[in-house]
Amino acid sequence: MTTDRSVIVDSLGVGIATGTYGASFGAISATSGLSVLQTCLLSLLVFTGASQFAFVGVIASGGNPFAGAFTAILLGSRNMFYGVSIAPKLGLDARSRFASAHLVIDESTAMAVTRETQRQARLGFYWTGLSIFVLWNLFTFLGALAGNAIGDPRTYGLDAAVGAAFLGLLWPRLATWQGRMVALIGSAVALGLVPFTSAGMPIIIGGAVAVLIGMLWGSRKPS
Amino acid sequence: MTPLWGGIAVMIAGCFALKYAGLSVPERVLQHRLTVRATDLIPAGLLGALIAVQVFARDGEIEVDARLLALGVAAVLLTLRVPFLPMVFAAALVAALVRQF
Repeated sequence: MTTDRSVIVDSLGVGIATGTYGASFGAISATSGLSVLQTCLLSLLVFTGASQFAFVGVIASGGNPFAGAFTAILLGSRNMFYGVSIAPKLGLDARSRFASAHLVIDESTAMAVTRETQRQARLGFYWTGLSIFVLWNLFTFLGALAGNAIGDPRTYGLDAAVGAAFLGLLWPRLATWQGRMVALIGSAVALGLVPFTSAGMPIIIGGAVAVLIGMLWGSRKPS
Repeated sequence: MTPLWGGIAVMIAGCFALKYAGLSVPERVLQHRLTVRATDLIPAGLLGALIAVQVFARDGEIEVDARLLALGVAAVLLTLRVPFLPMVFAAALVAALVRQF
């Protein structure tokens, strides 16, 4: 039997592990040309890590902010499906749905969706979501201050840290052949476009081509 | 409003709308097979493209430098199951050290 206590302890563990990497987001964002205020607003109001990294990644490479926003929103589309899968588990009324929506992210979903009772699903969702929210924002602020204080980000390898951060986010998706193939196609198409298009576009087009090919490839296999 | 603030505003609205829609829209609307598959593939495709651009592009040109070595270090550390923050920090450190010489 899973006790309420163990759900809370597990949730806090995930919260601490995830929340602290807000520091790398804060530092990367501040050295990508966003102010401390803009960096903190992203963590407060967007609050979905991969999308935030994507936005500052596009800005850092000189891309149009709207191309960055588009990339970020596409990456955030998975949160919609998380919502669909946990809504029946949480059993929320209309008002609490609005208040809770902001906390729908990878980790809070993972810690809620497997629970057997509504009570434990809610415990996992809120303890994970809220602990990450508090720490993610605190560490974003600290990281942004540090990033702002250090001058040229290249001296400290922070431009290289962006690629490493994205690889960390991609890593779980490389477990399947299809994930690997789609990621590879996305990167190849994007690289091919770099010399010919304005910054930001290679990412969107590369991602779109990879998803299309992935869908065509998958549809030929019986499932 | 500067373009940067505009992009931030669009992103805030868009990301929240997706989260809220997921909790509110009836399940059958979003459960179409193609929608589910596309959403499953989007992170891999976009992150692959983001990594390539972050690691190889500089001012519209392809450039191989310390960033590639840092990415290799990150991959090795991820294979060894090193947590996110130390992994990112180590990758930055490697790039910083290589640039000292």
